[in-house]
Amino acid sequence: MSKPLVKPRLVLIGNGMAGVRTIEELLKIKPDHYDITIFGAEPHPNYNRILLSPVLAGEMTIQEIVLNELDWYKAHGITLHTGKQVVKIDRVNRKVIADDGTEEYYDRLLIATGSTPFMLPIPGNDLPGVIGYRDIKDTDEMIEAARLHKHAVVIGGGLLGLEAANGLKLRGMDVTVVHIGPWLLERQLDEVAGKMLQKSLEDKGLKFLLQKQTEMLVQGESGRVAAVRFKDGMQIPADLVVMAAGIRPNYALAEQSGIYCNRGIVVNDTMQTYDPKIYAVGECVSHRGIAYGLVAPLFEQAKVAANHLANYGIGRYTGSVTSTKLKVTGIDLFSAGDYMGGEGTEEILLNDPHGGVYKKLVIKDNKLVGGVMYGDTADGPWYFQLLKDGRDIHDIRDSLIFGQSLVGDVGHAGNSKAAMMADSAEVCGCNGVTKGTIVKAIKEQGLFTLDEVKKHTKAASSCGSCAGLVEQILASTIGGAYTPAASDKKPVCACTDHSHKDVRTAIRERHLTSKEAVFAALEWKTPNGCEKCRPAINYYLISTWPHEAKDDPQSRFINERAHANIQKDGTYSVVPRMWGGLTTPAELRAIADAAEKYNVPTVKVTGGQRIDLLGIRKEDLPGIWADLNAAGMVSGHAYGKSIRTVKTCVGKEHCRFGTQLAMDMGVKLEKMLFDMYAPHKVKLAVSGCPRNCAEAGIKDVGVIGVDSGYELYVGGNGGIKTEVAQFLCKVTSDEDVMEYSGAFLELYRQEGWYLERTCHWLERVGLDYVKGRIVEDDEGRKALYAQLRAALKDAKDPWASSREAQPVKQFIPIKLEA
Amino acid sequence: MDWKLICKLDDIPPLGSRVVQRVSGGDIAIFRTSDDAVFALHDKCPHKGGPLSQGIVHGRKVTCPLHGWNIGLEDGQAVAPDVGSCGQFAVKVEAGEVFLAV
Repeated sequence: MSKPLVKPRLVLIGNGMAGVRTIEELLKIKPDHYDITIFGAEPHPNYNRILLSPVLAGEMTIQEIVLNELDWYKAHGITLHTGKQVVKIDRVNRKVIADDGTEEYYDRLLIATGSTPFMLPIPGNDLPGVIGYRDIKDTDEMIEAARLHKHAVVIGGGLLGLEAANGLKLRGMDVTVVHIGPWLLERQLDEVAGKMLQKSLEDKGLKFLLQKQTEMLVQGESGRVAAVRFKDGMQIPADLVVMAAGIRPNYALAEQSGIYCNRGIVVNDTMQTYDPKIYAVGECVSHRGIAYGLVAPLFEQAKVAANHLANYGIGRYTGSVTSTKLKVTGIDLFSAGDYMGGEGTEEILLNDPHGGVYKKLVIKDNKLVGGVMYGDTADGPWYFQLLKDGRDIHDIRDSLIFGQSLVGDVGHAGNSKAAMMADSAEVCGCNGVTKGTIVKAIKEQGLFTLDEVKKHTKAASSCGSCAGLVEQILASTIGGAYTPAASDKKPVCACTDHSHKDVRTAIRERHLTSKEAVFAALEWKTPNGCEKCRPAINYYLISTWPHEAKDDPQSRFINERAHANIQKDGTYSVVPRMWGGLTTPAELRAIADAAEKYNVPTVKVTGGQRIDLLGIRKEDLPGIWADLNAAGMVSGHAYGKSIRTVKTCVGKEHCRFGTQLAMDMGVKLEKMLFDMYAPHKVKLAVSGCPRNCAEAGIKDVGVIGVDSGYELYVGGNGGIKTEVAQFLCKVTSDEDVMEYSGAFLELYRQEGWYLERTCHWLERVGLDYVKGRIVEDDEGRKALYAQLRAALKDAKDPWASSREAQPVKQFIPIKLEA
Repeated sequence: MDWKLICKLDDIPPLGSRVVQRVSGGDIAIFRTSDDAVFALHDKCPHKGGPLSQGIVHGRKVTCPLHGWNIGLEDGQAVAPDVGSCGQFAVKVEAGEVFLAV
């Protein structure tokens, strides 16, 4: 029998979340590279350690928190040794030896031995009934103790301690939490929030002893622990003592093997130890002097380690900013970054003790550096994102404390307290997904990211307006495991690790002009992308290199290929352009004729001041276009990530209040922007006076005529996220309206990320930035305006060019005779 | 099995599709991948009946234009976590011509 090619051997010590995650990441990018062997000291496959608290609280079972079933190991050809502790690493012969004598040779070794609970060095700490809180065994022991005994004492008022206490209380025990600090969670909360938390937990029946030092644990007659005695002489009964006073990285094994350790296994930014054949990830690691105990940083480490194990050599781990969520049902608590503040920082506070809401934001140099939220944490993820992005918050400072949705989020405003929501409450109005469904999927499927939740539950996958709420539910379900990536680092899709920003930059700086060139230059993982990245790349190409990069219709959504909107029954809708909402009897006659000729079942006036013909068969599109073209009409682009409409009021032309010629201005703008593609759809409006009948306040660019000229507003939105447009500047002439709004839209076209509306883009970059580029920089504005005009010169009607140039046959089905 | 000549391979754009209308039994979508492999599926998404022929083709998958389900071209199965399957038809390319088994 011929032996298969010998693969290098990878051995993982530690069958936990960080180690197995690294293997998963490795299998994703280089599936058949290694022969993999995993050692785990526990007798279980990899499970979600974070969810031990819900198991303790009786909300979940062990079976539900298993992340990788035994079948997963088998399917990937991984040799798994459970219940075997590795006791020696023989670096000379490159092998590891387990306590039962099992030996495995390695070419690469990954150490992920995690941590152990710190047991206070006090008399009695080894008595029966005294445990740490780390694994399934500990959890089982606590559940068993709750069945047989009454008094529990938890030493340590940190996250883990409080979750343990909550679980034991729910299981019927009388629980006292002993904490040495002046308030609870002093590493995550300031004093005010810590006190509010204590009050809520006391309302749930927990007892607290703060600033108490434990002296010893007293043995009872049965041999089991019976009481806890403090240094001040006080003594309380205890049949179960849970030590939750911190964790200690497990690095003894590495240290004994001569690998350099310093309060953890010391690794560099590629997660490599001082032995180049050995990598380490997880809680056992000391990276730049920091050992992380939350799962999110460990996942970032796993990704980097996997990349280097696959010999790709891309990616560095540079440390993490972490955020905290307490997983106690009914308590909303969030903190992140430098929440204490201090010299050189400023604080914005909102304190409503009666309403049970406390928020503190810490600001330094106009940037958010930390925050604590209690009672209302809906905006936690948003603040955390601002913090990670390092966005200048100067322009939103006055409303920052009130959160992201101060202005709107129609339909979701009332549902901001994720943890308080009932399981039956609808979170995603588009797809009818309830909170209960989301929480169940997160727990049972082991989901960690918003994208995963979207895929599995469909929540937030349509209009996306509930994404913040879903993130919040995710955060309150998995606690510290949840960390959003900085927005300029989020991958475009699963085909790549590169972000929208990376792709845009590469296309511009390396002068890439085709999707193939982008895929090659950025090492795309799929042969021709997917439905998410292809339209984005196609847009970036044609907007960066107009008239040079060739448009790829097959990378466009069907609407932009068919120049019509697909409807739920597979028919299409056709909207001819009516410049500035103006039409003529002749045009109306032609529309009426076309509607009759093609048996159009529905004719509707749209919100953009034009007429929609709905229910047209695809094969009839070229014909109806020909008829409308013949009457002088062109495509209304009602289907594209492109200029849609310029809505106008009747203006000074007719209105007795009008100060400017709104219709004329609107027509000029719409003609200027004809056939303009953008990251997302673009809508404008021109009103002839401040009564603003054209509703310019909710448009991407809103123009309001005043007696002395025009006021320009940008970034408004009337849809998913109702957003009032922000004042950009005032101009005096029609030419300036065109130049300023043209330059603004060109900047958006060049720097926005695909599917970002102007309001999202503005939120990301800030109005100050846009003002700097458009209002304060005359030359820059003129240059942008010139670029827009150049990009749109010779714009042709896509209906006419589709009929003439493209093979019309693609619209025509092939008939199969019976 | 009866092989019916449908069209030339070049009548289907790469990473694109054509619709074959039958007298009964519903439309069939014929897809062409970037490496000129051809697949035929019932032109009806298992989710809400969207016309798969109008979707974006990538790798060996097509994305339904209505709600973004991904359907495998080789097996007609929805890509996980979605669940559903779509009828398949045998199809072959010979000398640049596409034949469908009906």
